[in-house]
Amino acid sequence: MKYLIVLIVGLMTGVVVFAAGVAFNPFVSMQRLSPLAVTDSQTVTLTYSGVASDGIVFTNDGESWVSPYPEKVLQLWEAAIRQTSASVKELRDGRGQVAGLGIKISSLSETTRLFAGKAIVDSVWYVYLPGRGSMFIEQTENYWDYLRGIVLPAYRNSANTWQGSWLGNLTAGPGALGTARVSGSSGEFSGLEMLAVESLSVRAWRADGGPLAAEGQLLIELPPEAVYESPVDEAFVEDE
Amino acid sequence: MAHGFLSGGNVLLKTFLIGVLLGIAAAAGALYSLPAVDQHREVSLVTVAPNGGNQESFHVNIPMDRIMVGTAGQKSGLPAGLNWPQDDVLAGISAELFKIRNARDVVVGVAARTVAKEEESDVIDWVLHLPARGTFFGNMAPDAQEGGQRIGRLRTGSNEFAQLQGFVTERWVADTSGEEDAPVGRIELLATYVGTAEPLE
Repeated sequence: MKYLIVLIVGLMTGVVVFAAGVAFNPFVSMQRLSPLAVTDSQTVTLTYSGVASDGIVFTNDGESWVSPYPEKVLQLWEAAIRQTSASVKELRDGRGQVAGLGIKISSLSETTRLFAGKAIVDSVWYVYLPGRGSMFIEQTENYWDYLRGIVLPAYRNSANTWQGSWLGNLTAGPGALGTARVSGSSGEFSGLEMLAVESLSVRAWRADGGPLAAEGQLLIELPPEAVYESPVDEAFVEDE
Repeated sequence: MAHGFLSGGNVLLKTFLIGVLLGIAAAAGALYSLPAVDQHREVSLVTVAPNGGNQESFHVNIPMDRIMVGTAGQKSGLPAGLNWPQDDVLAGISAELFKIRNARDVVVGVAARTVAKEEESDVIDWVLHLPARGTFFGNMAPDAQEGGQRIGRLRTGSNEFAQLQGFVTERWVADTSGEEDAPVGRIELLATYVGTAEPLE
C-alpha cells in the first residue's frame, strides 16, 4: 500500500515538475524588439487603450478574464464563437490625437502548442483612418510571454493581481519575421501590401477583469517608395 | 535490521523516482497530444456557382444578431450604455457588429460592417470572421443596384480564405412571415469564392 502511495506522490510531483518546467522554460522566449523598429520605411503608429472599459465595445463569451463592455452588450455564447472576442476602439496617432477607428476580432487558435511556448490567437484588425483610408490586418498573436509574465504571477499573488511593467510584441506571424500582413483597401492605402506589429504595454492586471492599466500599439510599415516608382515614369524623366 | 530498513528506503525512493518520471512523461504526453484549443465547426454549406467558383450564403437576423450600432450623433446606441466617441475626426463613420449565421440559421461567426463618408464616395467594408476557418474582407461598391443589392470585391482573407478572390453581395430582406418572434428582416450576404490561378509549369 505504501508503495502505491509513494508512486502516486511521485506521479503528482512529476506533473508539477513538468508544469514548472514548461512555465519557466528559459529556451522559450518572445522577442521584445519589434522587427519594424529598425525599418527605413515610413511607419504609421496607432495607439489604443488596452483596458476593455476604455474602448467603445468589448464582447466575448462573458466567462473570460475580461468582462464584456458595456455590461449589456450581446455576448458570444454560441458554440462556434465561444472562443472569440470582438472589440471596437478609438485609435490615436503618435501625438495622442484621435486618428481613426479600429475593430479587432480574435479567436483562440488550434495551432496553440503550450509545449512549445505557443499560446496562439488568430486575429484581424479593420482600421479606418478618416481622410487617409482603410486597411485590413491579419495576424497570429502569441500570448505565451503575456501569460508567463503577467497572468501566472497574478495568480501566485494572494489578491490575484499583478503590478509592474511589461512590454511585449504580440504579433508572431504570419510574416517570417513575426509581422502581420496588412492589405490596404481604400484611400492612400488602396492596393498596398504592408507589414505591421502589434505590441502591448501592461502596468496592472487582475484575474477578474484583465488589464487595469494597459496600452496597445499598432506599428504599420508603409512600403518603400522605390517599389511604387513606375519604370515608365523613370524612363520619361531620364529622357527629359 | 538496519540493512533491511535501508533496503526498504531504497525501494521507496526508487518507487518515488519512477513515479516522478512517469508523471513527467504522462504530463508531456497529454500536453503534446491533447489539443489545447478545439474550435467548434459547422459544416460549410458551399454550392458551385453556375459561372465558376463556389458560393456560400450568410445572413444576419435583425435585430437579434446585432451586437453594436455606433454612429456619431445617435441618441441611443446599441448596446445600452454605448459611449460612441464624439470627436469630429470620427463624425463620418458608422460601425456595426453582428453575429453571422450560415444557411441553416446557425451562428458561425462574427462580422463587422463599416460605412465611412468620404468626399468622393462612401467606403463600405465588411469583415467576416469564422473562427474555425479564417476571415475574409470585402469592400463594397458605394452605390446599390436595383433591388437594393450591393456588390463588392472580396479583397483578402486569412487561413482558408487566404488564396481566394471573388465577390460579395449584400441585400436587405424584410420579413414577411408575420410570426410573432420573427426578425424584422435579415441582411443576406452571398460570397462567391474564386481560387487564384497558379501559373502552369
